[in-house]
Parts: sequence; structure tokens; C-alpha cells
Amino acid sequence: MELFLQQCVNALQWGSFYALIALGYTLVYGVLRLINFAHGDIFMVGAYIAFFVSTALLAPGLGLSREWTLALTIPLTMILTSLVGVTLERIAYRPLMRKGAHRLYVVVTALMCGLVLENGNLALLGASRKTLPQLLEKNVYDFGGIAVTNLKLWVIFAAALVFLVLHFVVTKTRIGMAMRAVSWDKFALPLMGIPLDSVIVFTFTLGSGVAGLGGMLFAMSYPVLEPYMGAMTGWKAFIAAVVGGIGDIRGAFVGGFLLAFVEIMVAAFLPSTFRDLFAFSILLLILWRRPTGIFGKPQTTKI
Amino acid sequence: MLKKNACVFVLSCLSALCAPTALAAGPTIKVGFPIPMTGEIPKVGESSKFAAELYREEINAAGGLEVGGKKYPLEFIFEDNESKPETAVNVTLKLIERDNVLAIIGPQSSRQAVPAAAVANDNEVPMITPWSTNPEATKDKPWVFRAAFLDPFQAPVVADFAAKQFKAKTAAVLFEISNDYSKGLADNFKGVWENRNGKGSVVAFESHGPKDQDFSAQLTKMIAAKPDFIFLPENYSFAALIIPQARDLGYKASFMGSDAWGSAELMKLCGNACKGQFFSTHYAAAGAQGKTKEFIDKYNKKYGYVPDDVAALTWDAVTLIAGAVQKAGALDGNTRAMRKKIRDNLATVQEFKGITGDMRFDAQGDPIKCAVIVAIDDKGDFTFKESVCPK
Repeated sequence: MELFLQQCVNALQWGSFYALIALGYTLVYGVLRLINFAHGDIFMVGAYIAFFVSTALLAPGLGLSREWTLALTIPLTMILTSLVGVTLERIAYRPLMRKGAHRLYVVVTALMCGLVLENGNLALLGASRKTLPQLLEKNVYDFGGIAVTNLKLWVIFAAALVFLVLHFVVTKTRIGMAMRAVSWDKFALPLMGIPLDSVIVFTFTLGSGVAGLGGMLFAMSYPVLEPYMGAMTGWKAFIAAVVGGIGDIRGAFVGGFLLAFVEIMVAAFLPSTFRDLFAFSILLLILWRRPTGIFGKPQTTKI
Repeated sequence: MLKKNACVFVLSCLSALCAPTALAAGPTIKVGFPIPMTGEIPKVGESSKFAAELYREEINAAGGLEVGGKKYPLEFIFEDNESKPETAVNVTLKLIERDNVLAIIGPQSSRQAVPAAAVANDNEVPMITPWSTNPEATKDKPWVFRAAFLDPFQAPVVADFAAKQFKAKTAAVLFEISNDYSKGLADNFKGVWENRNGKGSVVAFESHGPKDQDFSAQLTKMIAAKPDFIFLPENYSFAALIIPQARDLGYKASFMGSDAWGSAELMKLCGNACKGQFFSTHYAAAGAQGKTKEFIDKYNKKYGYVPDDVAALTWDAVTLIAGAVQKAGALDGNTRAMRKKIRDNLATVQEFKGITGDMRFDAQGDPIKCAVIVAIDDKGDFTFKESVCPK
């Protein structure tokens, strides 16, 4: 029983990262009907930005304490990462959409942007790995045989908070209404006097900012940074978003945790060699039963 | 037409960029290095390259390597195998066919060395893999040699030491399933340990994939089995992830590592979590003497850090090749014939005094040499604990 509960805690922590990335995928898809395949790499960029910001703040020149560094690195990382996301939209996706290119080409562009980010990082920073300075004194708590660290609790809390905030923004605010309107009918929107571009930029800001936060928390939990760290995690988070029902915020959140639970439980109770094989077979079964995902609604045009 | 001309021009510019060394006059001694400059273990590639360049600069500064009374400059060609088996095969072929190298040094990790060794053997090119410890790399491949000891030797070294140091009766193992090195060593260790402590004394035997970052599921299972110590035959980047995660899950006992831990980058990534652990390896930099110390000082002076075991083994591999070329007596213009001579000379090395210890080759092209157990001290230095020699 303890073992099972411990694995549940493990899954909650691991699922938080999937959920944070999946939320970004789903936001952009929900508004633009575009699968932003560069998102996993924006997550990687977020981790690197956190590395540079925190090292700069801790450097003798500024010499801030660890608490202050942590408090400042979170917003700075989120802002800088969202700038990267918005820049991608501005220079790669928008010109294509303006020219009326089919959505498929934009998706392929996104895929290439991801590769550019990965290999640009490799060329710029070299292949040697980076490690985030320790910003939080780690404490291991023991609840009747279940080990939890304060960092893990923060990660799970952050994922839940981000989900609630995004859900609130999309369903309850004016800008959220505008976002839903874009996904409904992009062409009628300007006629209603809603600035389409601002809504799109806002969506990318939100999605990339969340990815930046995810990247930073990831770098704190798994402190070995390398240029390809976002690729596999990003792919899996995308699958999580699809299983949850892409385009739906709740779907991304639930899908992220579902994928992590399946992965961890397969590794926990079956030989760990079969982890990915079983995990993805189970997801395949879910999609086979519900092709639009858990929360998804049938749509006529998906890519 | 204009377009075509432009094309030709660009191409010729590119080829000029790619092959600046081809312009050097006179015959050179060409050796190819298919090493991991990027990917999972970039530091390993860097160390190999640095050690090789140190050697080349020293020889070339003296006019070149003397073969039969004449001096020939050394020409080393470095290719990135991206830490991938398929790329290792490609670049090894490229070195053989395009660059016409006389011999190959590398790849370093067994995961790339095993497939690349097959290529070298099929093409009849002598190859030394400095760092690979999986028996498959040289098995039934008369053209392939190595500078490191083997996993079947390393596994009992680790088992003996752990039994003595931790008074361990039970062990748990976590390894990378797609890595020949990691899997081979894990299997060997399991065999040795269960032989000594009875069936079931390896209480958990878990694996993970090449891109995994979270090991909590496997570690929870392993810790629940209450092993006396955990053996991690893993690359240093994984060790740096696994050890802190195990501590987070409440594991308090020791870890034991293998030679893939011995990178200069381990402590940078792992920090305090790795201090106080042990691993088996090829040489210990702290407290070295004689030729080994000379090498460490030269390397440290030039590159600013203490060379790891890969650097030392690469140095030995280059020295072995250079010795085999010299022994040929003259530089044969026929590449195939020259390759054959180098192979034959390597196979008949009676005793070689390397900086990683004395060695000679057995019938499979594997060295017979000692292993070292290294302790990571409070400052993060790799200090000599004890040396274990083959009986």
C-alpha cells in the first residue's frame, strides 16, 4: 500500500510537467487550430533561461541571496520564455498564415522551429551539460513511509495553480472570450472589432510563459540540462494533450497526469523494460475508444 | 549556366573548407577518431580529442613520428559519432573510405564501439577502442583491440569491493536497457553477485530508456526491496540524475558505480550527492606518479582540468598505434598493406607500459591489466582507494 501511494506521489510530480507542457499545446491549438510542435523546445529554452538568469543573479556582481534569486527567476524566466514564443509566432507562423498557407505548412514550420532551437542551442552553448544552481534547500519529509520533498510539493502545487488560472482566464474573462471566439470563427472576428493579432499574441504569451515555468521547475527537479531535453518530454506531453482532448484546458491537465500515472504504474508493477510499450498501448486503447480524447468534441477540420 | 557555375563555385569553396588538411604536402600518418563530441556523453569526446591533440602536437613539434629513419607528421581526423550507434557506423565508414585512415581510435562507449568494430573488422582496418569494456567489441574480430579492461573482469571487482566495504549481502541494480555497456555490465554483475550470495541476492534489477529523466518508479521499487547498496553501471549524466532522486525518495545507503562515472563532468552535474560514493575505473589521477603524472600535468596545464580516464586511455591507444607504425619499419604507400602490418604489430605486443598501467593483449585483442577503485572525497576529487589485478 505504501509502495502504491509512493508511486502515486511520483506520478503526481512527473504528471505536473506533462500537464504544464500540455497546457501550452492545447492553448495554441484551441485558439489557432495549430499544433505548435516547437512547444517542447520552448520548454527546453525555458529551462536554459532559468539557468542563465539564476546564475547571473547569484553571480558576485549582484550577489543576491538564494531566496531572492528564486523569487526573481520565476517571473523573469516566464517573461523571457514568452518573448521567445511570441517571436516564433511573429517571424515564423504569422507570415505564413497571412499568406494563406495551409495549416499543414505551419505545423511543419513549427516542427522545424523546434529543430532550429535545439541545434541553435547546441551550436551556441556546446554539447556540455549545464546544471541549475540549487535555489531551494531540499527537505525530505516522511509521511508514514512515503517520502516527499518540498520541491515536489511545489511542483504539484504550481501545476494545479496554473491550471486553475488558465481555466479562469479562458472561461471567465473578456480576453478568454475573445480567444474562444478566434477558435470559433477567425474571419468574423475582426468584423466584431476584436484585434485578432493581439489575441494570438496573448495566447502565445500565456502558453510559452507556462512552458517557461515548467522548464524552470523541471531544471530544479532534474538538474541536468541538455539541448534535446524538451524533445521527448514535449512529444509525450503532446500525446497527453491529445488523449485528454486537444483544445480543452481540462483535457491537457487530466491527460498529463493520466500519462504519468500509466507510465509510472507500468514501470512499478511490470518489468521497467516495457514502460513505454505498455504506456503507449494503453493510450492507444483510450484513443481507439474515444478518438477525440477524454474531453474533446468531434471536429471536422483537424490537421 | 550561371546558376550551374555558381553551384560549382560554392561546392568547391565548401570542399576547400572541409579538407584544409588535404593541402599539406608529403605523406602523413592518418588516424581517424569516431568519437562522441555531442549527444549523451560530449565530455568523453572532448577528453579523447584533447588527449589525442596533445600527443600529436608533441610529436609534430619534433618533426613527426620517426618510421624507418624518416619523419612523418601525424594527421588526426576527428568525426562526431553523436553518441549514437548508427552515426558511429557511418562516420567510421567515412573515415575508412573517404579519408583512407591507417587506423582508427574510438568509439569510446560500447554502445557505439560494438557496431563500429564490426565495420572496422569487415574493412580490415586496425581499430583500438580505448574505453569500451563490453566483450562484444573485440570478440572474434581480429582487427579490433582495446585499451580498457573488460566487464567480466570489472563486475567481480565491483562485487568484491562492495562486499568488503559495505559488508553487503544484497544489491540492487539500475541500468540503461539500450546501452550495450550498461546492460552487459549489469548482467555480469548479477551473475557474479548471485553466484556468491545465493539466488535472489540481487533484490531488484531495473532498467530505463536512453532519454529518461525520471526514475522514481524504478527507484521506489528498488528502495522498497531494501538493498545493502545500489549498483549503477551508468553514464555519468544518468548517475547525476539518479543519485539525488534516490535520496529524495528516502534512500540512505551507498551507491557503487562503474568506469563510465569517471568523467571530469560528473561532479559538476552531481554536486554533493555523489560525494562519498565509489566506482571502479582505469586510473586515479590523484596520487599518480611517473609517466602518468607527467601526462596529467601536461594536460592540466593546457586545458585547465585534470584528465579523466578516457583521456588517459586515449593517450595509451595513440601510443600503441604509433608504436605499431614505427615497428613496421617503413611507411608503405599501399594503405591496405600498411593496415595489415599495423594490425600484426598490435597483436604481437609483448608488454606495453601505458599511463593506465602495464598491459599485454590476449588472443581476442583484449588487454590484461589492473582496475582501480576510486573514492569521491569531500572536495569532489577522485582519490585512489585500491587496485585490483587479474589473478
